[in-house]
Amino acid sequence: MNTFIHKSEESIALGMKYIYDLHRTMLSQSLILVYEGEFTQEITKSVLAMAERNMDSFGEKGAVKRKVFNIMVECLQNISKHADSYRKEIYGKNNAIFMIGKSDDVYIVTSGNPVFKDSIDDISRRIDSINVLDAKGLKQLYKDTIKRPGGLTEKGGAGLGLIDMARKSGHKLKYDFETINDELAFFSLKTTIART
Amino acid sequence: MDIINLEGTEDTPKVLLDKANETFEVSGRSLPEDAAEFYQPIIEWLDAYSENPNPSTPFMFKLEYFNTASSKLILDILSKLEDIEGTSIVWYFHEDDEDMEEAGEEFSELVEIPFEFKTY
Repeated sequence: MNTFIHKSEESIALGMKYIYDLHRTMLSQSLILVYEGEFTQEITKSVLAMAERNMDSFGEKGAVKRKVFNIMVECLQNISKHADSYRKEIYGKNNAIFMIGKSDDVYIVTSGNPVFKDSIDDISRRIDSINVLDAKGLKQLYKDTIKRPGGLTEKGGAGLGLIDMARKSGHKLKYDFETINDELAFFSLKTTIART
Repeated sequence: MDIINLEGTEDTPKVLLDKANETFEVSGRSLPEDAAEFYQPIIEWLDAYSENPNPSTPFMFKLEYFNTASSKLILDILSKLEDIEGTSIVWYFHEDDEDMEEAGEEFSELVEIPFEFKTY
């Protein structure tokens, strides 16, 4: 017992307790995958492959797996297209966090990334306007948006990602902004997928 | 006419466009980061093909996943095909993939081309 306490104190002194804390947080939040860092297409592919293997490993239903995969793709590519950086020279480009949680009933796909504060209103309005729609309304919005002439945006987006996430999820998109500094806010987005 | 024959990768589809052998196929996963760049040669190929198309053009989509940027480009392909006489779409979906079936139905509502739906 003494040894244990000693080690525990030592780990605090060494500043290593965060490892255990992080481990416990992941368990308590039922997180099966967490990625923090730069987001590129290569990393998107790796994260997708890991999540896919994870879902395969316990034989997740094909239909559920495909929905989770689709939502992950849109979420990850949203980050690599739109995340703004704290300080690019220090943190790299598109520094963000991406997580997948799994309970008995649902998967939860979560992302968090810095955005410029002047885009908060835009993002909020977009998500709010999606959240008021039912399945039929979302289908119509999807069709209206895909038909819109003018091709993809300069960032290569179709303006369909959030709509598609809402459609595949069947739940409301949850979001939040936390202030980082005068210029930036941390944008969190949470999408739920039922395992039925 | 040139053949486009691209092997599928983990984020781009297999593409086979072969006028002489009457094979027109896009299949697999389409999640490229830059969908416009990936599909540009295919759109250009269809432009050239439309100058002197076969009497019939059965175009097959057999996609497992596609991202929303790709969906916009798939609609561009369909819009090109719409102007080619004798085009028909064969839209494959996995038998328990309602989302892919619905995606095909939505595309069929956006263009004036006959769609045939098949499961695999």
